[in-house]
Amino acid sequence: MSDSSIVHAHQFDDAEQQHEASWLGMWVFLATEVMFFGGMFLGYTIYRSTYPEAFADASNHLDIWLGTINTAVLIGSSFTMALAVRSAQLGARKPLVRFLILTLVLGALFLGIKFTEYYAKIEEHLVPGSNFSYAGPLGRAAQIFFSFYFAMTGMHALHMIIGLALLTALIVKAGRGRFSSVYNTPVELVGLYWHFVDIVWIFLFPLLYLVGRHLQ
Amino acid sequence: MKSDHVVSIKLYSAIFGALLVMTLATAGAAFIDLGGNLNTVVAMLIAACKALLVILFFMHVRYSSRLTWVFVGAGFFWLMILLSLTLADVLSRRWLPTVVG
Amino acid sequence: MNGPVEERRQHYLNVNYGLKSWLLTVDHKRIAWLYLVGVTFFFFVGGLFATLIRLELLTPQGDLVQAETYNKLFTMHGVTMIFFFLIPSIPAVLGNFLIPLMIGARDLAFPRLNLASWYIYILGGLFTLAAAAAGGVDTGWTFYTPYSSIYSNTHVALTVIGIFITGFSSILTGLNFIVTIHTMRAPGMTWFRLPLFVWAHYATSIIFILGTPVIAITLALVALERLFGLGIFNPELGGDPLLFQHLFWFYSHPAVYIMILPGMGVISELITCFSRKRVFGYDFIAFSSLAIAVLGFLVWGHHMFVSGQSVYASMIFSLLSMLVAIPSAVKVFNWTATLYKGSISFDAPMLYALGFIGLFTIGGLTGLFLATLGVDIHVHDTYFVIAHFHYIMVGSAVMAYLGGIHFWWPKMTGRKYPEPLARLAAVIIFLGFNLTFFPQFVLGYLGMPRRYHVYPPEFQVLNVMSTAGASILAVGYVLPLAYLIWSLRYGVVAGMNPWKAKGLEWETTSPPPTDNFEVMPTVVHEAYAYGAAESQAVYPAGKPANV
Repeated sequence: MSDSSIVHAHQFDDAEQQHEASWLGMWVFLATEVMFFGGMFLGYTIYRSTYPEAFADASNHLDIWLGTINTAVLIGSSFTMALAVRSAQLGARKPLVRFLILTLVLGALFLGIKFTEYYAKIEEHLVPGSNFSYAGPLGRAAQIFFSFYFAMTGMHALHMIIGLALLTALIVKAGRGRFSSVYNTPVELVGLYWHFVDIVWIFLFPLLYLVGRHLQ
Repeated sequence: MKSDHVVSIKLYSAIFGALLVMTLATAGAAFIDLGGNLNTVVAMLIAACKALLVILFFMHVRYSSRLTWVFVGAGFFWLMILLSLTLADVLSRRWLPTVVG
Repeated sequence: MNGPVEERRQHYLNVNYGLKSWLLTVDHKRIAWLYLVGVTFFFFVGGLFATLIRLELLTPQGDLVQAETYNKLFTMHGVTMIFFFLIPSIPAVLGNFLIPLMIGARDLAFPRLNLASWYIYILGGLFTLAAAAAGGVDTGWTFYTPYSSIYSNTHVALTVIGIFITGFSSILTGLNFIVTIHTMRAPGMTWFRLPLFVWAHYATSIIFILGTPVIAITLALVALERLFGLGIFNPELGGDPLLFQHLFWFYSHPAVYIMILPGMGVISELITCFSRKRVFGYDFIAFSSLAIAVLGFLVWGHHMFVSGQSVYASMIFSLLSMLVAIPSAVKVFNWTATLYKGSISFDAPMLYALGFIGLFTIGGLTGLFLATLGVDIHVHDTYFVIAHFHYIMVGSAVMAYLGGIHFWWPKMTGRKYPEPLARLAAVIIFLGFNLTFFPQFVLGYLGMPRRYHVYPPEFQVLNVMSTAGASILAVGYVLPLAYLIWSLRYGVVAGMNPWKAKGLEWETTSPPPTDNFEVMPTVVHEAYAYGAAESQAVYPAGKPANV
C-alpha cells in the first residue's frame, strides 16, 4: 500500500506511513483516556472497599432496567460503528453513511436515557450538594457514591457528546464521498474512540448499577 | 499498525450477540447472592470479557501489529499499577495496631 | 561565510514574515520558538515569586509580607515553575526543534496538533495568571485536600483549571513525539543509532502519556468539589485526604522525571561533543532512560511517609525508590567514563554539562536520604527537601536547559553567542546556585520547616547566605537573556556545524530550511562517531525533499 500517488500530508513519506502514524496516535490517545478515567475508578474502588454497605444501598437507587437497556444500546452502537468501518474499508458509501447515522442515533438514545435518569435523581434529591437527602446512617458514604456516579457517568456522557460531534462530521464527509477503500482513516479512528467509550461504560454499568442487587 | 483485514458481518454479529448475552447474564447474576466478594469478581470478569471482545474484534486489535498490542497493554498495565499500589496502602492501614494513649 | 550570502539563502526563519506566519505556523522549529518565548516569560514570573520569598526570608520575623501572602508566593512559585516552565522547557523547545532533525524527518507526525499544544499551553497559562492577578492561591503547588477542596478562600478552581488545560499540551506533545519516533525515522536510522537525546524524549513522552491524565482528573475532581459540591475528598462524608495524595503524586512524582530526563538527554549530547568521544555504554544509557520512566511510576508513596499511609506500603515505596536511583547512577557513571581520556574543551555548553553532573549527583544522593523511611521522618517538610529538589530542578534541569540552548543556538538562529560572556554567566550561575541552595540542606537538617515565613533567629545566617546566592543567581540568569537576544542581530554568523558535532541536525544548514534537509538523509553509521571523518548519513542523489 505504498502508492505514492495517494495524497498524504507533506511531513510523511507516503500514505502508509501516514496511516500507521494516525493509527498509533489514536491508540496513544486512548491510553491517556484509560488513565484519565482510571483515576476515578481508583477513587471508586477505595471508597467501595471502605464503605461496602453504603455503596450497595446507594447503588440500588439506580434504575437497573434503564441501565441494562442503555448498555445494550451502547453495545449496539459499537456494532453499527464496526459495520460502518467495514463499509468504509469496502468503499461502500451508502452503507457507510447509514451505519454512521445508526451509530449516531443509538448514541443519542443512550444520552437521552441517561439524562432521564439524571432528572429522576434530581427529583429524588440524590445529587450531591446542599440538596442531597438520604435517610439513614449510610447517607454520608452514599453521597460519596453519588458523587462518583455523577462524576463518572458525567465524564462518560461528555465523551459521548464529543463522539456524536465527531460522528456528525464523519457523516457529512462520508455523504460527500470523501472516504474510499483506499482512504478511510478518520472513520477508523473515530471507531476506535467510540469503542473505547463503550468499554468505559461496560465497566461503569456493573460498578454503579449492580453493587447490591443480591442484597435487595 | 493494523492490517487491512476486513471482518465479516457474520463475525461482528456473533460478537454483538455474545456481548448482549453477557450483558443480560451480568444483570441477572447480580440478583443471586454468590457469597462474599464473588458477586463482584463475577461481574468484573464478565466486564473484562466483554471489553476484550470489543478490543480484539471491534477495534481490530486481533489483526494488528505487536506494537499495537504493546500500546493497548501499556494503558491497562499502568492502570493496574495505580490501583494495586494505592490499594496496598488502603488495605494494609489497619494491620498494624495503633498504640493508644 | 560572509553576511550578505547567508541573508539571501531561504530558511525557516525568513521564508515568510509577519505575526500570522508565526501564530499560524505548523513548522516544528517555529513552534519551538513560540514555546521558548512562553517558557522564558514564565521562568521570570516564577523567579519574581522566588525573589519575594527570599527577600522575606532575610529576617526571622514576618516583616515583608503577611503569612497568607507568603503562602500565595510559594504556591505560585511552585505552580509557575513546575507546570509552566520546567515541564515544557526542554521537550517543547529543544525537543520540538530537534527531534525531527535528529531522526531525519521533515517535521513531527502531527504538526497541527503541535501548534494546538502551544495554544493550549498559553490558554492554561492565562488562566493561572488570571488567578494570580485575582489574588493568587495559597494551598501550595500540591493542592492537598480538604484545604484546597473546601477550606481555602483563594482562587483554587481557577488555578487548577489552568493546570488541567495545560496538561493537554503535555499530552499532545508526548503523543506527537512517540508516534514520530516510531514511524518517521529516516531510512537506516534504527533505534540504536538514535541520539540519546531522542531516547530521553521518548522515555519522557511515556510519562507525559501515562501520568498527566491522572493529575488532570484529580484536579478536575477538586474543581468539581469546589464548584459543585461533589464531595469526593470531603472528610465530613467519610472522604479520604490520602486518596487525593495518591492520585496527585501518581503523576507528580513521574513529573519530576519529566523534568530531568530531557536534561539528561541534552547532557549526553554535550558530553560526547565536548570530549570528542563516543558515549560510553550507549545501550545502558538508552535503557536507563526507559527504566527511569517506568520505575518512576512505582515510587510515589515516598511523598506520603508521614501522611498516614500504611507503614507496609511505605516500606514498599521506600525500597522501590532506592531502585529508581540505579539507572540514574548508571548514566552518571557512563558520562564520567565518556569524559575519561576525552579531548575536553570548556565551552559554555560543556560548563553547564559538567555542572549538571556534579549537582545532579548531590541532588540524587540526597534523594536517597529522603527515600530512607527513618531519615525522612526527620527531614520531611523541611528545607532539606527543598534543597534536594532544587539541586535537581535548578542545579541540573535548568543548567541542562541552558546548556542545550547555548549548544543548539547556532543551529536555531544561524548565529553564535558571545562565548566569553557565556562562560562567565555559566560560572556565575554555578556559584550563585550553590550559595543559594547548599545552606538549605543544613537548614533542613537543623529542622527549619518549609513553607514558613518566620523562623528561629539562629537560622538567619544560613538564610542570608541563601538569599545572597539567589541574587547572584539572578544576575547569572539575566545575562544569557541579554546576550542571546543581542546575538540574534549582532552575533557572529555560524556555519553548518560550528561545534564539529556528530548528529543529523548538524548536517543541514544553520538555520535549517523549512523541511529540514535539502535532501532527505539515509543513515549508515552509528551515533556519536567522533574520531571518524565521515558523517552519519549519506544523501542519495536526486531524491527530492518534498514529495
